[in-house]
Amino acid sequence: MVHLAHQFAFESDMVTADMVEVTEFPHLGQRYGVRGVPKTVANEHSAADGALPEAQFLERILATAGLGGSA
Amino acid sequence: MTLLNESIKDEISKRFAELEDPVRLVNFTQTIECDYCTETRQIMEELAGLSDLISLDVFNFIEDKDKAQSYGVDKIPATVIMGKKDVGIRFYGIPSGYEFVTILEDIDMISRGDSGLSKATQEKLAALANPLHLQVFVTPT
Repeated sequence: MVHLAHQFAFESDMVTADMVEVTEFPHLGQRYGVRGVPKTVANEHSAADGALPEAQFLERILATAGLGGSA
Repeated sequence: MTLLNESIKDEISKRFAELEDPVRLVNFTQTIECDYCTETRQIMEELAGLSDLISLDVFNFIEDKDKAQSYGVDKIPATVIMGKKDVGIRFYGIPSGYEFVTILEDIDMISRGDSGLSKATQEKLAALANPLHLQVFVTPT
């Protein structure tokens, strides 16, 4: 999921994408309610738990961030 | 002591022989290195040592505060992977296990200058009018 998020960042100037190793930043894990990995947060909102294929992952994050797509 | 053993280094060197454009790694650590700061920096040093097309800059998160700010880096260990320009790719924490492969894939992508995404995805991303910040949480594997 990290590489896919990085591919999105590479493709679009609007997208920035961080890998966050949660055991080193437990406060962020707590803030976003990370109980399993990979977990993706889009513009501060929980968007996807687990791994998803490219098209679904994009749909999910766009819908979560209110940037189009359907949940 | 090196983190990457010789056979892995050989494999990565072969992979890096296919690189096209230069790739820059920018690592943030601090003087008294944080948990995994040392290992993360060392991974980047070893990777940069495997190809003339990969360069590495190491900054001090405290002393080089301006640099950290300009990259929007707010925690360490942090690593930026970029080509000529910064496209917003960040690693916070150690990229180990599966995420080590992610680094290699990111390097390939940046050097090739192609995201490898489908046309449909590219079109949807091109239509974005507002910023999108993704954080992908992982654990070491």
